[in-house]
Amino acid sequence: MGSFFRVAWHVMRKDLTVEVRSKEVLLTTLFFAVSVVLVFSFAIVREGRAPDDVAAGILWVAVSFSGTLAMGRTFERERYNDTLRALLLAPTDRPAIYTGKLLGLLILLALVEMVLVPLVGLLFTAPILAYPGRLAALLALGTLGFAAVGTLFAAMLVRVRSRDTLLPVLLYPVTIPVMIAGVRGTAALFQAVPDEAMAQFWIGLLVFWDAIFVTLALWTFEPVMTE
Amino acid sequence: MTHLRTSGASAGQAPRTSGASAGQAYDFRRLAVVDVARHYGRRKALSQVAFTCEAGEIVGLLGPNGAGKSTLLNILATLLTASRGRVEYGDRTAAQGGGEVRARIGMLGHDLFLYPELTARENLIFFAKLYGLPDARAAADAALERAGLADRGDDIVSGFSRGMRQRVALERALLHDPRLVLLDEPFTGLDQASTAALVARLQERREAGCILVIATHDLDVADGLLSRAIYLKNGRVVGTDTDSRGLSERYRIAIQ
Repeated sequence: MGSFFRVAWHVMRKDLTVEVRSKEVLLTTLFFAVSVVLVFSFAIVREGRAPDDVAAGILWVAVSFSGTLAMGRTFERERYNDTLRALLLAPTDRPAIYTGKLLGLLILLALVEMVLVPLVGLLFTAPILAYPGRLAALLALGTLGFAAVGTLFAAMLVRVRSRDTLLPVLLYPVTIPVMIAGVRGTAALFQAVPDEAMAQFWIGLLVFWDAIFVTLALWTFEPVMTE
Repeated sequence: MTHLRTSGASAGQAPRTSGASAGQAYDFRRLAVVDVARHYGRRKALSQVAFTCEAGEIVGLLGPNGAGKSTLLNILATLLTASRGRVEYGDRTAAQGGGEVRARIGMLGHDLFLYPELTARENLIFFAKLYGLPDARAAADAALERAGLADRGDDIVSGFSRGMRQRVALERALLHDPRLVLLDEPFTGLDQASTAALVARLQERREAGCILVIATHDLDVADGLLSRAIYLKNGRVVGTDTDSRGLSERYRIAIQ
């Protein structure tokens, strides 16, 4: 088990080092996420007021769209110089490689969300500081569920020519439960009278879905990557 | 074609040599490809390929484009599974050996398997850690020394020439002292000096008891280097050769 986490740590650290050098995924993902939020704000916000209950939806749309972009790029990088084959050839538990890639992606998405959440709060007058712990839990758990499935699908599709089109087509239907829980839980916190109990219910549901998605992804990564 | 006996040390098992990844004890001295076939849908990439290799041999896979050389290398590397037949590493197949077998395989692909954004040293340290080598930094330093790039170790790989990248990639593949070394078109894009250095390194590995399998089109370089040539055409073995001199002429006859 120690070896599993050691390999995951090395893969994550390598991904982050490559990203620090290139800044390719972070900058494109961030630019895309901010653009999505700005476009929605131009379309919806009138005289400084946004309609009720839209902020949560827009936040999660931005997270999911930009997350899909990041997922595709992290495995695309392994394809360029065929380094994915070198990773798979290593005498390690292959799910450890998946875990490392997932952790690297989660850190990138967390950085994007650190910009997105204040921006949504500012443009849509959402009370992001009312329940910061619960909001952070919803975002962390929702992003984990979404990224767990997305990382697996991105790895599966890395050798497929139409991978850029297929990734969202496969990913969004499967992650609908996570998206619903994320949006509904966040909306419960952002509404005029926040409903803590409802947010807690959706957090519980996210934990349930995350456990299923992460377990299935770890279980299927090895057979999926063996041609 | 040869079908091998596969039990015990006499069937190709050997004690570990040096520089191994931590906790990996399995070793072998014989590789047997037993009636391997690989299909992609209805297309046959390989049909009934069978041969054996012993420690201390350099075996060339020769054939035109699409002959199945890369597919066979990927099967030997355990990255592809055979549709039929099996590959035996000593007394184990890839499915039986898993990580222990993979720990004894090193591969140099045509695409070099290096991260261009990382330095040569960072690439080598990363893979040394992935293979569980006890002192990754020392292993990387030694590999850079062997590659003749000790003074360029902290330069990012994307700034290297093809020859320099190839040297780093070869040392990456050999970091964990693999028994089986697989090389896919290793001489492509190299100048004479780099080719000579690569040939010398491969001969040194052969003398150290490695099994080297090389897929190449470069018959001039392969001439005299190979212990044995296996000619592939349309996924089938169409000939084998134990005299690698005058290879071009015999290749022409075998492939025609």
